[in-house]
Amino acid sequence: MTAAQAAGTAKTVAQLLAAKDIVIACGPGGVGKTTTAAALAATAVVEEGGRVLVLTVDPARRLADALGLKGIGNDEVRIPDEVFAGAAAHPRGQLWAAMLDTKQSWDDLIRAHAPDEETREQILANPLYQNISGRFVQSHDYIAMERLYEIHCEGKYDLIVVDTPPTRNALDFLDAPQRMADFFSSRLLRWLIVPYRSRLVNVASRPFYQVADRILGTQFLADISEFQSMYSGFVERAEAVTRLLSDRRTTFMVVSTLEATPVREAEFFSCELTARKLHLGAIVLNKVLPEYLRDARTDKLAQSMEKGSAELADGLTDDPAVAARVIVEVAESFLNFGVVARREAEQMAELRGAPDVLVTVPFFDADIYDMGGLLQLGAQVWD
Amino acid sequence: MSAAVDLLDLRLVFVTGKGGVGKTTVAAGLAQLAAEHGKRVLVCETDAKGDVTALFEAPPTDFTPREIAPGIWSMSMDTEASLREYLKLHLRIPVVGRIGPLAKAFDFVATAAPGVREILTVGKFCWEVKERHYDLVVVDAPASGHIVSQLAAPQAINDLVKVGLIRGQTDWMLEILSDPRQTGLVAVCTPEEMPVNETIELAARIREETTVQMSAVVVNRVLPELFAQREEEIFEQLRETENEEVLSGRVGGSVVPVLEAARLAVTLRRTRSAHLQHLQAELPLGMPVLLLPYLFARSFGARTTRQVAHALGEELGL
Repeated sequence: MTAAQAAGTAKTVAQLLAAKDIVIACGPGGVGKTTTAAALAATAVVEEGGRVLVLTVDPARRLADALGLKGIGNDEVRIPDEVFAGAAAHPRGQLWAAMLDTKQSWDDLIRAHAPDEETREQILANPLYQNISGRFVQSHDYIAMERLYEIHCEGKYDLIVVDTPPTRNALDFLDAPQRMADFFSSRLLRWLIVPYRSRLVNVASRPFYQVADRILGTQFLADISEFQSMYSGFVERAEAVTRLLSDRRTTFMVVSTLEATPVREAEFFSCELTARKLHLGAIVLNKVLPEYLRDARTDKLAQSMEKGSAELADGLTDDPAVAARVIVEVAESFLNFGVVARREAEQMAELRGAPDVLVTVPFFDADIYDMGGLLQLGAQVWD
Repeated sequence: MSAAVDLLDLRLVFVTGKGGVGKTTVAAGLAQLAAEHGKRVLVCETDAKGDVTALFEAPPTDFTPREIAPGIWSMSMDTEASLREYLKLHLRIPVVGRIGPLAKAFDFVATAAPGVREILTVGKFCWEVKERHYDLVVVDAPASGHIVSQLAAPQAINDLVKVGLIRGQTDWMLEILSDPRQTGLVAVCTPEEMPVNETIELAARIREETTVQMSAVVVNRVLPELFAQREEEIFEQLRETENEEVLSGRVGGSVVPVLEAARLAVTLRRTRSAHLQHLQAELPLGMPVLLLPYLFARSFGARTTRQVAHALGEELGL
């Protein structure tokens, strides 16, 4: 039992969610983060009801199809009740889903905050803006959090489950709003965009401009200065987004598998969340090998099966010779997976203690690509 | 087409893939294989976590390459150090001591100008190729989504910065990156749904958005086929209750978990081979697909790196 549990705080994901408005699923890539977020949202609708939104970034196509998400963009759409009925489940509330379109979200942001039409068109056509909104990696991180903020402010949902973008560094999206705010309120930015003539007057900073001009060219600096009218708006927004992340109604759910690299990232991520005073609500570990693989007695048994396969197979099945071979294969396979299962258990032990809730989800026989599968996964996570 | 000759004869190989699929393991294995074939190899880490050097059981490296195994040098990308080197070599602006304020300005510019950070990273790798310090430069590159912006950066800079000294620096980089005899990209995935789909998409994006050639796809963690068809029939017979009971009696304990574990292994293998087939069907015709076995290892270090290198070598027909 962790200290948090002893203190009587959340023990299951169900209890955890009862006090939260926003769950941010994060962690390394390729561990089933998107699926886990969708499963949690669907299960919340079945178990708790209310209006639940899953804001996803890049769902597996079959999962998107299963949710009826095909062809939708930035706008939230409701998952029809028939999708639940297809999985023999009865939603007590409504499940909504939205997929993040980075470029579209940026354009919307500019449209909403540009002081006038001329500025708006100027910025939308600005080559620098087009690069930031289209290609710039970190803009993806920022806009995901920005979109979350916008939806939260509209107040239409009881629970929002966010699937974070795959980032180079799992923490980029946490820092993105602050970085954006720093960027737009930076003194350097103001320096860079002062009119050319006044730069010549300022002797102290002249070498800086020379380097900037030499490296970037003056056109680029002119492009930057077009953003000027948007600065204060950006700074305010970015700061509000940062506040939302640390609000006590927001919790983080780290999703991982027990493979060596993801687990190390998950551990790092948990520490960082705590260091930033953000709430680490749960760790969900996907694709965990079954416990019986680690059983010492069975391990010995498998070793004797490997050695004595011929005697064991004697008289069994209609081909005892093949049966002996099968027994060797089966025993070896058990021992092999046992090595991995023990390694994973050791890694899991290192993760224990950090979050309020630690959930393990077993390997499923098939990939999850429909509501039935989501609810099956969700049930494992829920309690 | 012989994938083997192509891959080891390249000068610059970017190894990428979705997070958690074993990209670093493959980069290390490739470096090890090349070194075993007498090449001088530089293996570069782009996100400074020390994962590459750990796979050779060596301490982490910094921006200055250090030999970590016979024939293998390692370095970690550091954009500030790269900027310093860049200014000195290309713009002839010597920077003495700490670049404090300049680094701050750079950070700022890198935030504003997409591609600046990327070009310092890619530029450094291209520079090592140009200077011929090594026979092969292997880059443990960022995950799939980011590698495209990194490789497209020189072109993006060309579009964005119309004049200025940086502009003049992108041409020779593009020349190296665009030459399929010098530069290649290896995409790593596992035989699972998302990694497979991402690899198929990556192949398309690399073709459309960059000038770099994709050389091969490595499928990591391929589970062994436990049974041939006849064996599987017998396995099903062994799982019948009476046979299970006889077996358990003879061996002196319940064999049910052992048989259940084998069933799980067979199921996993089967689900995964469907994804593998999907991958092979969707990749461009003639794209080499190399399979690496699942390693049932306690931990990952120099020994597993050699195992990966040998498995790669076998797949490449070496």
